[in-house]
Amino acid sequence: MTDLDLIVIGAGPAGASAALEAHRLGLRCLLVDEAPSAGGQVWRAPPRGFVRRKADVDARAGDRLRAALAASGVRVAFEHPVWLITDGFRIEAVGPAGPVTWRTPAIVAATGASERVVPFPGWTEPGVIGLAGATILLKAQQVLAGERALVAGCGPLLPAVAAGVLKAGGAIEAIVDLASRRDWLAVLPAMLTRPDLLGRGLGWLAQLCRAGVTVHYRHALRRIVRTEGGLRATIALVDDSGAFVSGAGSREFEVDWVAVGHGLVPGTDITRLLGAEHRYEHDRGGWIAIRDEFGRTSVKGLLVAGDGGGIRGAAAAVEEGRLAGLAVAYDQGRLDDAAFARAARPIRRRMRRAAHFGAASARLMALRPGQVGTIPQETLVCRCEDVTRAEVERAIAAGADELNQLKAWTRCGMGPCQGRMCGETAAALVAAVSGSRAAAGFWTGRAPLRPVPLDVLLGDYAYADMPLPRAAPL
Amino acid sequence: MASTNRIQQSSAGARIEGALVRPPSVEITVDGMPVVACPGESLAAALLIAGHRALRASPRLGQPRGAFCLMGVCQECVVQVDGRLVPACQTPVRAGMRVETGGAGG
Repeated sequence: MTDLDLIVIGAGPAGASAALEAHRLGLRCLLVDEAPSAGGQVWRAPPRGFVRRKADVDARAGDRLRAALAASGVRVAFEHPVWLITDGFRIEAVGPAGPVTWRTPAIVAATGASERVVPFPGWTEPGVIGLAGATILLKAQQVLAGERALVAGCGPLLPAVAAGVLKAGGAIEAIVDLASRRDWLAVLPAMLTRPDLLGRGLGWLAQLCRAGVTVHYRHALRRIVRTEGGLRATIALVDDSGAFVSGAGSREFEVDWVAVGHGLVPGTDITRLLGAEHRYEHDRGGWIAIRDEFGRTSVKGLLVAGDGGGIRGAAAAVEEGRLAGLAVAYDQGRLDDAAFARAARPIRRRMRRAAHFGAASARLMALRPGQVGTIPQETLVCRCEDVTRAEVERAIAAGADELNQLKAWTRCGMGPCQGRMCGETAAALVAAVSGSRAAAGFWTGRAPLRPVPLDVLLGDYAYADMPLPRAAPL
Repeated sequence: MASTNRIQQSSAGARIEGALVRPPSVEITVDGMPVVACPGESLAAALLIAGHRALRASPRLGQPRGAFCLMGVCQECVVQVDGRLVPACQTPVRAGMRVETGGAGG
């Protein structure tokens, strides 16, 4: 396909909205995602062949989005993970039928977020899963990972997952919240701007209260040990900064599985790969591409929308997507200044309103300064390459004052997840010595963006097809 | 390869009934043993339900690992399906698929 004006990568709320808007304004647009259908993580569709009998708010929003896409005629390429983008832009993806190459003058990167989990002893045990992962299991797959659960971490996913487990007939042994009641009260005014979402949250709390579930505020997981029948989780009291208060408030729970998550981190793989300028913004989840209000980055033709540009939630992502689609249309001369300004005004207004709530959630989920400091030395920081905190610290002491140096010396961040799981922790450890997260930097963006099987890329290209240059005369 | 199967948990996962109508179940094989699963559901979910929690061994320490992020990021649930390494959480169940755990790194 060479006849494209725009490729949108990521078909969640932001990306799908960007594609719909751009398509409406006459752009030839392709929407690409690695999943089999639109919706992203938050509005994920049930598996193909499954029929939904009951739909919650997110399910209905996802169904509306998928119906709008189907009715619009936007071209889509699902099950196509993008693994390489080069200047200009050339996009390489792998689909069910093999490798594909697209060219486009504009990209909207709407790749959403991944979850931050700050390591603790036992976080690598099978049966310990991310809070966001637990949400996907519960909502999209309708699967309970085990019977007795412990739910730990921070942010609105805590009550959401716990209530989901109860509803499914599982047991919640405890909710372990980094935040205090006061932290929650502090975000209440912002939450009041979305009475619908606040109401849903209060509904969850009421369910948990009725079931007699205890919320251990200002506590965190100290360790998890595998036992004969499941997992033993130890929790303890933490201070404001998320650091343990020497052994205080220690309790043990026997459970079958644990859901743990410490907030969301913007996915910046594409903007880093293409060399856009970034900055560290703690309250928006970490490193984000610098962009204008329409999502334009420092790289011409590259825009960002949604949580990948800083955590603000699904409602804001929809409006950011619309603005990005609108901006690409304007930049390509599809509408004049007046029409652009007229169209942008109401979207920007809705975006700011939605961002208010999203920002409050993001604050609850932001990394606390003391969280990383209390990771024991022998605990694994990098799951892929089995790198411990002690090894990271030794490299830092030897002079690794920046993340890529640390990677080269320890292999931390070099495994198949490409530093997505350990990046936040490693960067915080480096920052403790080099002074700030800005000074510690972040992984240089590298292809492949997703692991791709080499034989798929090669196709039927064989050894004999290799062009051999004539040997130089001796 | 067998080492990762030792820690099958006594309490496995379960399908939640009521909200979804699932297609009729099919059989797949996991490490040579038959497992009943729903076509279309994520292989990671099917494995959790079947009690296969440990899916691979970590590269340096050989520790058991299983599905963690469930969104295709962490690569901890990578298994062999019909001879190809895939993240189980991103792979829908198909009738007759042959799954081998413990393949990556261990």
